[in-house]
Amino acid sequence: SPSWSGLNTNRKMRADGDDSLYPIAVLIDELRNEDVQLRLNSIKKLSTIALALGVERTRTELLPFLTDTIYDEDEVLLALAEQLGNFTMLVGGPEYVHCLLPPLESLATVEETVVRDKAVESLRKISQEHSPVDLEVHFEPLVKRLASGDWFTSRTSACGLFSVCYPRVSSTVKAEIRQHFRTLCSDDTPMVRRAAASKLGEFAKVLELDYVKSDIISLFTALASDEQDSVRLLAVEACVSIATLLPQEDLETLVMPTLRQAAEDKSWRVRYMVADKFSELQKAVGPEITKNDLVPAFQNLLKDCEAEVRAAAANKVKEFCENLPEDNREQIIMTHILPCVKELVSDTNQHVKSALASVIMGLSTILGKDNTIEHLLPLFLAQLKDECPEVRLNIISNLDCVNEVIGIRQLSQSLLPAIVELAEDAKWRVRLAIIEYMPLLAGQLGVEFFDEKLNTLCMAWLIDHVYAIREAATCNLMKLVEKFGADWAQNTIVPKVLGMANDPNYLHRMTTLFCINALSDVCGRDITTKQMLPVVLKMSEDQVANVRFNVAKSLQKIGPVLEKITLQNQVKPVLDKLATDKDMDVKYFAHEALSGECLPYEYS
Amino acid sequence: MAAKDGSKMSAAAIAAEKVDGFTRKSVRKAQQRQRRSLSSSQGSSQFRTHGAVPVDLSLSPLPQLMPECVNQQELFTQKLQQCCVLFDFFDSVTDLKSKEVKRATLNELVDYVSTNRGVLVEAAYPDITNMIITNIFRTLPPSDNPDFDPEEDEPTLEASWPHMQLVYEFLLRFLENPDFQPSIAKRYIDQRFVLQLLELFDTEDPRERDFLKTILHRIYGKFLGLRAFIRKQINNIFLRFIYESEHFNGVAELLEILGSIINGFALPLKAEHKQFLMKVLLPLHTAKALVLFHAQLAYCIVQFLEKDPTLTEPVIRGLLKFWPKTCSQKEVMFLGEMEEILDVIEPTQFKKIQEPLFKQISKCVTNPHFQVAERALYLWNNEYILSLIEENIDKILPLMFGSLYRISKEHWNPTIVALVYNVLKTLMEMNGSLFDDLTASYKNDRQRCGTPSRLNNPYPHTLSS
Repeated sequence: SPSWSGLNTNRKMRADGDDSLYPIAVLIDELRNEDVQLRLNSIKKLSTIALALGVERTRTELLPFLTDTIYDEDEVLLALAEQLGNFTMLVGGPEYVHCLLPPLESLATVEETVVRDKAVESLRKISQEHSPVDLEVHFEPLVKRLASGDWFTSRTSACGLFSVCYPRVSSTVKAEIRQHFRTLCSDDTPMVRRAAASKLGEFAKVLELDYVKSDIISLFTALASDEQDSVRLLAVEACVSIATLLPQEDLETLVMPTLRQAAEDKSWRVRYMVADKFSELQKAVGPEITKNDLVPAFQNLLKDCEAEVRAAAANKVKEFCENLPEDNREQIIMTHILPCVKELVSDTNQHVKSALASVIMGLSTILGKDNTIEHLLPLFLAQLKDECPEVRLNIISNLDCVNEVIGIRQLSQSLLPAIVELAEDAKWRVRLAIIEYMPLLAGQLGVEFFDEKLNTLCMAWLIDHVYAIREAATCNLMKLVEKFGADWAQNTIVPKVLGMANDPNYLHRMTTLFCINALSDVCGRDITTKQMLPVVLKMSEDQVANVRFNVAKSLQKIGPVLEKITLQNQVKPVLDKLATDKDMDVKYFAHEALSGECLPYEYS
Repeated sequence: MAAKDGSKMSAAAIAAEKVDGFTRKSVRKAQQRQRRSLSSSQGSSQFRTHGAVPVDLSLSPLPQLMPECVNQQELFTQKLQQCCVLFDFFDSVTDLKSKEVKRATLNELVDYVSTNRGVLVEAAYPDITNMIITNIFRTLPPSDNPDFDPEEDEPTLEASWPHMQLVYEFLLRFLENPDFQPSIAKRYIDQRFVLQLLELFDTEDPRERDFLKTILHRIYGKFLGLRAFIRKQINNIFLRFIYESEHFNGVAELLEILGSIINGFALPLKAEHKQFLMKVLLPLHTAKALVLFHAQLAYCIVQFLEKDPTLTEPVIRGLLKFWPKTCSQKEVMFLGEMEEILDVIEPTQFKKIQEPLFKQISKCVTNPHFQVAERALYLWNNEYILSLIEENIDKILPLMFGSLYRISKEHWNPTIVALVYNVLKTLMEMNGSLFDDLTASYKNDRQRCGTPSRLNNPYPHTLSS
């Protein structure tokens, strides 16, 4: 276990007669404890230790000790790497911040990725606290050492540090940094090339434009044709930042050849990445290139042989169309994009269809009423009848977009069978999902349509055999009442809910109670007192204990809605009786209700 | 089509759901399997290469190859070129005739290179390698099943296997042909070739990985110039697996090849090899899917230790560092590996690590999971380990005594209790007086701390015994 030769804490502190440091001595001892948890606790209180030691002893004794403990468990190292990022004031401010570099340098070379990443994060943070001089004297040499380290871990860490020091150093040092970055981009370990490729965009942003053109572009081109697809796909990400930095007239020669190649890469992972970043790419290259190059590329991605790629592209359909130049947006969509979209509606892969279903409704706002009715509506209807429930759900959950353009009535004929089928799906998660859209649908379809077609469904869910569905159905009723008002509730749902109180199945009787819990507030005092309360009180004589203790809970729940006099005259006697029930749980909840925090004085 | 059947979904599944609202994992898995077998339990991105222009795929049979006749070389080349045409195996009705022609031709080619001498003339090498590259090198398709569990799920099989198998067979025969000349072949079987071959090890199809394993082994044996490169690339694959992706299907196969490579390392071991052991093989133990390649990994470790016993201490310390904290299944594997290492350990090395090692074993013995405790106690069945313990009984007994004694009173599993009694008996016979001292001081400590309360006892129901 780690030893601390420099600082013999316990003895020294006691000899100084400084008792206030004793708790610190304990913490320091814990840093050396065999138990990882204790070491971890102690590391997390490192700032307390440093504060007590003072800035000088922190610099001369604590930090060297920590630098030596670097071979500890990864968990401890992670905590240490994080702490050191916030240590500047504890070592004496920016003037001394470079003292933190040695331990962080070691942490940036360990094997475990999370530790290394955290060390790099902290190094990036404290780099900002270095003066320009210190940055060149202390920080930049550290980056160089890491960049030329033997093992790949230090070189990958170096990749994340170039961009933070580049803007603040002299031009000679800048040249060195560019050279180091170039070297790492052609490192023979793919891990390092991946790290470099993932920082390429970030590094390009801090470079002078001339160097972007001369240095970055060649690195970008090389990484984008790397032998490993895991490197090539990261170059696609960098492409977005690089294209943003370059003037429009340079894009065609410097970026587009590589981007075209990536969009047709033989590895589906690279094509997937292009599809996934398509909106960003589109914004970065501007409207002209989009029209000439990206439209055909996007068509190809929508027709890709791998479902993964098609799904990623399908996800971008709406965004892509939205961002097309307005002057001929409609024409491009109608002649180039829509035919591909039509094919995707009957794709063989359900993920592709479901990705499309989650965005396709958005096209209606872009294309307007007539096009939507003529071209999109048939697609919506086809997807509403899709064999895969997720596709249907995605359509239903986005109804609001289409409602704004053509009104939901156009769809309602097809909507209903789709909803009914989802409502009765064998998978309870599907049923749960459709319940969650009910309030939204109710709002858009209006109360009449709802009463006529959907009310029965909502009531049927209350007796579903899965608890989660019954619970969601209860909550759904509450939201419906919020939408349609208490009068509607009184006429349509309250009688049905209360009717279930006489059901032979105790689970259904309990559902009545759960509904009352949810509804009393939105229905108001009148309905609660006159209609619901009598039912609840009567149920206190139920032969099933579960029902009886839920009566107690319900009474507590609806208490705030009731008048004081009602509580005194009707509720309290029942609770008093339940408090002497033979079942201990019933007794417990009755007492809970009687001493309930919300109304202790009303009851007692 | 697939989901129609999905909605028909075995009645049992629906019934199961009616009862408790949850479908059992096994039922779900079975459904998924069924659904996949209907759509495609086979994958291949071979024939759907992006932007491929449809070409005329019809093949007509060429005359039979006969090694004694003239112009055979030309015919051989023609046949190799014919086999560069790729077919879509997802479509089971098209090109049936041509597919059959290619299958027969491949069969004939396999036969031709495995039974005849003098057929591998220098001019044939480019055509041969070109045919192989065209057929087997491809980007592997995305997995059908994103949470593929190699222990439970059926792998996705390569759809074009009827042809691909023969191409692999051909490659193997080509490498094994007595006339095969690495000095010529190295122009084609180069670093790029090896790199692509290694990427294929990620295939889900175990049949393909098996071929790849044998082939890579042959290449490693025949191309001295590629050896360091192959080792380095395997290193990279493992490091990516450990630190980046956690996913690679061919780890076991690559380790198996490495096992025999390590066997052939010259002594003293190069720094590169030691680094591989410490920085790649040991961290591989942290993988979630360890169970899939643990046997091969442990074999590699033991090979290293047999080569160079001075590595024992760092290796055991490394294993102790990565000792599983929560996964009992992995802990059992670690204990198994530890026994394999102890089987070959030198007594001087044993002395160096006995203390940390037996601290860990002492913890394992008290593990409430009886398989972990049992596996740890089984170490006492090993004669050699027993002799090492006896030699160092004064150091080991104090480390083990507390745990064993407590467990003999408190473990919930009667088998464990019985095993512990045997172990205690063995230890007592090794040094009776030390045993008595420890018993006395243990009881003293106990009394001082008072009898253990019910709360402190992890196995309350054994309290009455």
